[in-house]
Amino acid sequence: MFLGIRRGTRGRVAIALATLSLTSMGVTAITTGAGASSGLTPPTAGMKAQTSIGKGEGKLNLIAWEGYAQPQWVKPFEQQTGCVVNTKYAGSSGEMVSLMANGGGGQYDLVSASGDADLRLIYGGDVKPVNVKLIPSWKQLRPFLQSPSFNTIKGVHYGVSLQFGPNVLLYSTTTFKTAPTSWSVIYSKKYKGKVKVTVPNNPIQIADAALYLSKSKPSLGVTDPYELTQTQFSAAVALLTAQKPLIAKYWNLASDEINLFTSGTAVVGAAWPYQTTTLKAAHVKVEETIPSQGATGWADSWLLAKNAPDPNCAYDWMKYITTPQVQAEQAVYYGETPDNSLACPLMNKLQAGSCNAYHANEPDSYFKSIKFWKTPLSTCDNGKTDCIPYSEWTNAWTQITG
Amino acid sequence: MDPDNGVSTLEPATSGGTKSLRSSALSHRWGTAFLLTPPLLWFFVLYVSSLVLMLITAFWSLNGFTGNVTHQLTGANFHQIASGSYPAIIGRTVLLAALVTVTDAIIAFPFAYVMARVATQRAQRLLLVAVLLPLWASYLAKIYAWISILERGGALNWTFQHLGLPSPNLGFTNGAMWLTFSYIWLPYMIVPLFGALERIPGSLLDASSDLGASSWWTFRHVIVPLALPGLVAGSIFTFSLTLGDYVTPLLVGGANSTLIGNAIYQNLLDGGNLPLAAALSTVPIAIMVAYLLVAKRFGAFESL
Repeated sequence: MFLGIRRGTRGRVAIALATLSLTSMGVTAITTGAGASSGLTPPTAGMKAQTSIGKGEGKLNLIAWEGYAQPQWVKPFEQQTGCVVNTKYAGSSGEMVSLMANGGGGQYDLVSASGDADLRLIYGGDVKPVNVKLIPSWKQLRPFLQSPSFNTIKGVHYGVSLQFGPNVLLYSTTTFKTAPTSWSVIYSKKYKGKVKVTVPNNPIQIADAALYLSKSKPSLGVTDPYELTQTQFSAAVALLTAQKPLIAKYWNLASDEINLFTSGTAVVGAAWPYQTTTLKAAHVKVEETIPSQGATGWADSWLLAKNAPDPNCAYDWMKYITTPQVQAEQAVYYGETPDNSLACPLMNKLQAGSCNAYHANEPDSYFKSIKFWKTPLSTCDNGKTDCIPYSEWTNAWTQITG
Repeated sequence: MDPDNGVSTLEPATSGGTKSLRSSALSHRWGTAFLLTPPLLWFFVLYVSSLVLMLITAFWSLNGFTGNVTHQLTGANFHQIASGSYPAIIGRTVLLAALVTVTDAIIAFPFAYVMARVATQRAQRLLLVAVLLPLWASYLAKIYAWISILERGGALNWTFQHLGLPSPNLGFTNGAMWLTFSYIWLPYMIVPLFGALERIPGSLLDASSDLGASSWWTFRHVIVPLALPGLVAGSIFTFSLTLGDYVTPLLVGGANSTLIGNAIYQNLLDGGNLPLAAALSTVPIAIMVAYLLVAKRFGAFESL
């Protein structure tokens, strides 16, 4: 995802700086259905969501990923609603969580949080319940994105799903004549010295390893790659530590990975569909696939700040941003998958073939193979509290890559 | 940390004198206090106290569930950074900073010497501009330039191939970081060194050769000792800048290129683990304090 990337290439260094932490941005796991976090109730769960949208306040303050508030869809919104949009761009999920402290501090209304930040915001009491009945296009969202476990707890919505994308296996067709069917190509020692691998420089990569282990080592009993016990976590960390000799570089920007593949420094790795599209457009011989173990993915939502000063404009925005046309514009601009199931034909109008390239027309089975990012917490779905929290993920990741 | 106390210690000791003298000394005293208060407030409130807060934070911990900081003193963060990969990360950072410093010193010395003592005034000005010019360009643009030189299809490999030599493939390695850092920080070494070399009185060199010293002897026993404060001052820049950087490793580094700055960045901005990041931040501070104490012994601060 993420921008510097999309429009900016290497030359656009200013954008690159702003997006340096791109890969550290978030993605959360949408486990289809409800994976209600056991027992605990978010602090704001009892707050009453508004039942109608009043007159707009004339302004709207957003915290967003760069590229999520582009003039082509913000300007029409401002004209329609009279809400002037001010956007603060955040460089990482952690930055979003900091900016949202004290319910947005009475300053911010909405945040385009990714799955790895959502539960931190919800359980931190920084966001409040949202009445989805006020958002007509909510019903057009793919069913598994209407009440996903990353933004809906016990039937209470804290925001509305926005866009998502899978973390696919990208490979050079010069090196791999047939599509690899297993993620083992980026882990197995037998490829040492033969293929150079690149994966995102992001702690959530531990979930990718756990997902692989859930199939390759069933005895570990991994059921959710974001809820790992100490034993499962250690196994994933060990797998990633053993992977290190294969790594050419842990990529930070989508443009990093594009360079690595263009120059042949890496021939296989984890990627977003955006890289595949860009590389193919540059006639680099690559393909992407989702191996048999499935894949992780990111999913972003607009969450409503607890102390939002402009709630009516915020609802207007949530109504607007989920409509098929705006969904299509953002998906094409950003290179991600729209959550609104009616956006596909509109994407193709904007850019021929983009619906296909960004998987907006895949069957449900495709989406079911994606485990969406979510914040690893110390409480697990099975009611126990022995799961490894995210701060330990980052610490372990620093040590794996260090 | 009361700023007024800070001021009073800086006041000149007043001696008896006549009444009028005393009152003028008094108003002088108030004037000094008035002038010094804003910068001292700035220094203590914003600078020192934030450092102290960071040090305290290093002893707090994180609630694994809400991700909030728990205000309970613990040494666990320091225990953390003494184990696992952190010692290796710290060692790599210090080693790289030292290598970059030595490299820059070796390149900068002859350059600064020519600038200070050989070049005509006109050439000297031109050289100075040439040294400072890269500082006007964006730091990121320079790093990206190095990527395109060092990567597989880059200028370096191309040159080697055309000379019939094996490709060095330096892109995305620690060697690439070393080259990039050495390039980026070079002006910070040349400028203080140039200042120190320029200040050596020509008469000392004349005297040395009049007394029969060879040029090597003069260099070794006259020029180097007199230029040492400049060299150490430059090394403070190159060393500390490398120690704190995290952008270069992200962009030109490879799979084993994490530096202290990256570890701090990741734990803080990504993990939201403020206590662990604070504990890690004390490491470069401690290293720099030790470095500055040694540098002080070499008279580095006279050349800053």
